[in-house]
Amino acid sequence: MARIEKEDLEAIAQLKKTSDKNWIRVGMSTCGLAAGSQAVYDALVSGVQERGLDIEVRKTGCVGLCSAEPLVEINVDGVPKTMYGHVNADSAEVLLDSHVMLKRVVKRLAVPEADQITTCVDSLKPPSGTDEFKQYKIVTRNCGVVDPDILEDYIGTGGYKGLRRCLCELKPEQVIDEIKKSGLRGRGGAGYPTGLKWELTRQAHGEDKYVICNGDEGDPGAYMDRSVLEGDPFSVIEGLTIAGYAIGAEQGFFYIRAEYPLAVTRIESAIRQAKQAGLLGKNILESDFTFNLEVRLGAGAFVCGEETALIASIEGKRGTPKPRPPYPSVQGLWNCPTCINNVETLSNVPPILSYGSKWFRNIGLGESTGTKVFALTGKIRKPGLVEIPMGTTLRDIIFGIGGGPLPGKTIKAVQTGGPSGGLIPVEHFDTPVTYEHLQIVGSMMGSGGMIALDEDDSIVDIVRFYLGFCVEESCGKCAPCRIGGTQMLQILERLSTGKGQPTDLEYLDRISRTMKSASLCGLGQSTPNTVLSSLRYFRNEYEEALDRARAAI
Amino acid sequence: MPEQSLTADVSLAVKKWQKKRGALVMVLHEIQDRHGYVPRSVALELAQQMRVPLARIYEVLTFYNYFVLEPPAKFVIAGCMGTACYLKGTPQVLDEFSRQLGIQLGETTPDGLFCLHTVRCVGCCGLAPVIMINGKAHSKVTPRDVANIIAKCKETEGGKDGAH
Repeated sequence: MARIEKEDLEAIAQLKKTSDKNWIRVGMSTCGLAAGSQAVYDALVSGVQERGLDIEVRKTGCVGLCSAEPLVEINVDGVPKTMYGHVNADSAEVLLDSHVMLKRVVKRLAVPEADQITTCVDSLKPPSGTDEFKQYKIVTRNCGVVDPDILEDYIGTGGYKGLRRCLCELKPEQVIDEIKKSGLRGRGGAGYPTGLKWELTRQAHGEDKYVICNGDEGDPGAYMDRSVLEGDPFSVIEGLTIAGYAIGAEQGFFYIRAEYPLAVTRIESAIRQAKQAGLLGKNILESDFTFNLEVRLGAGAFVCGEETALIASIEGKRGTPKPRPPYPSVQGLWNCPTCINNVETLSNVPPILSYGSKWFRNIGLGESTGTKVFALTGKIRKPGLVEIPMGTTLRDIIFGIGGGPLPGKTIKAVQTGGPSGGLIPVEHFDTPVTYEHLQIVGSMMGSGGMIALDEDDSIVDIVRFYLGFCVEESCGKCAPCRIGGTQMLQILERLSTGKGQPTDLEYLDRISRTMKSASLCGLGQSTPNTVLSSLRYFRNEYEEALDRARAAI
Repeated sequence: MPEQSLTADVSLAVKKWQKKRGALVMVLHEIQDRHGYVPRSVALELAQQMRVPLARIYEVLTFYNYFVLEPPAKFVIAGCMGTACYLKGTPQVLDEFSRQLGIQLGETTPDGLFCLHTVRCVGCCGLAPVIMINGKAHSKVTPRDVANIIAKCKETEGGKDGAH
């Protein structure tokens, strides 16, 4: 590939637009592949050949409608663009014969939900008014749209415009200012203002500085980052490059879970292409800016999502956290100032720079600007990956986009924030999704797991499940987390097997409070969240468990 | 593994990473990718070539769930224990595997054909419950599918034997 310079970006984007007439897209992320999209892709490719059709079959990432995988989207002149779901090798042929050749939409395979998705590339305004529960995509704007292995595809949807603006028009301080004005906050869960983090790292003294993309998505039941890394790797690379420029770092790292092999392959391939095109390396887009990227793999440790543990892991050590301060922004990787941002945070950066902070600020609610991606799963009709403007209510997400409970069932709660989050009962479903509101009801934004529970799910059992996870993942360095977690797990095990003791609930409460105030890192501090929120809202289920124990005596 | 090729094998991985800082975790990944596990002999060789104490290598190896110290079975069956999969029935599916194969979680069948594990969320929550077999995801598995999955694995194994 030839080197891409400033002037070339526009030309490539134009060329992409004019050649973008007839295409078939097949969703080929991990989830699509698991549902059988490879066979569908093969059938489409050979079907197109047999019929001598002039239409391109493309591989894309995941559009998020996971319950309808494998997904195929077809755009042919003269027929409305249509998304098809549950496609197999046989129905793929039907799609070619009907949609492509006869120009007739195959209604029985169409997925109408696809029409409820707007991306920031389509429109700078999120849908509003009566369309309240419609999705608006900034982070996942290209997922399911571009071929993640083709750089020109990304440029075609406005990619690298943000970086060009930074390098040609803005000083690093102005980039930081733009991010600060946008109100972007860390999407890994804690919600720390991204611009401030960048500023602190820029101001810290140190010859070398580093930027790291945290792709160690450990929350069991969440896959936002996997989907973005697999479906739109260049967007994260561009975001990290901009972060590097703003902070004054020449070296960046991707830290990705080894359990996500496809994400690793796609990021590695994207880095190679960006290097060949001169979008990484020396003198990027004819500027003085030099930036390089490397990939490091996680190895199955939840605690490595914590900043200081992640740094230890990249340094090749056990991933145990360190007390903060000093914060990584002052003393991080190899004791140099280091800025760590989550995948989703970074993917927000290029659109903010190309469309402006004002645009971004107008989306969302209060201090929570922009959108949030959720992995909506559990006992609902339409599980999938959804992206909504901040401020959308839980009810709109679960009953609107998620399609509500399974037939004949009633949803009683939703769990957000994974092992560090909490349970929210149905009475609070009108809570708008923002960092602040979720905290008020006793949960947290977290990285984006959202799991609906219905009457068949025992709260005591779910809490035991999450505690079991946290206990196994505790690194063992500090006592409150190591001992407290185990103690609580023993109590929960007693309770769920009908052997609870009358003092158990009080103990749970006391241990929780100790862990929260005395643990070294976020893992131990947040482990009790699920316990405390369940005691607050579902005490009746604990008491029933205790009653069962009493009856058994 | 013969000693000479072991040394060569390890030095290949070390060479690729030796100039990078913090290489140990990546070298271990490299080795596990190739062998499916990290044998003790390799760890010893690695200690010599990288000039780090064996204790430090084991310290790292045993901290991370992903690294395996024993050779894996031909078919590694891993039930996803992400929250969505857990709620939708991974434990029941694993119980059925356990019953039919006659092994507990973490164990390998005496013929070395199957082993049974759990895996942290593989990120296919929309397809829950997911069972991974040698890294390939099988979606919406129920206890009734188990016999069929085992039979299919045995079939491919039998096919391989026939070809030899």
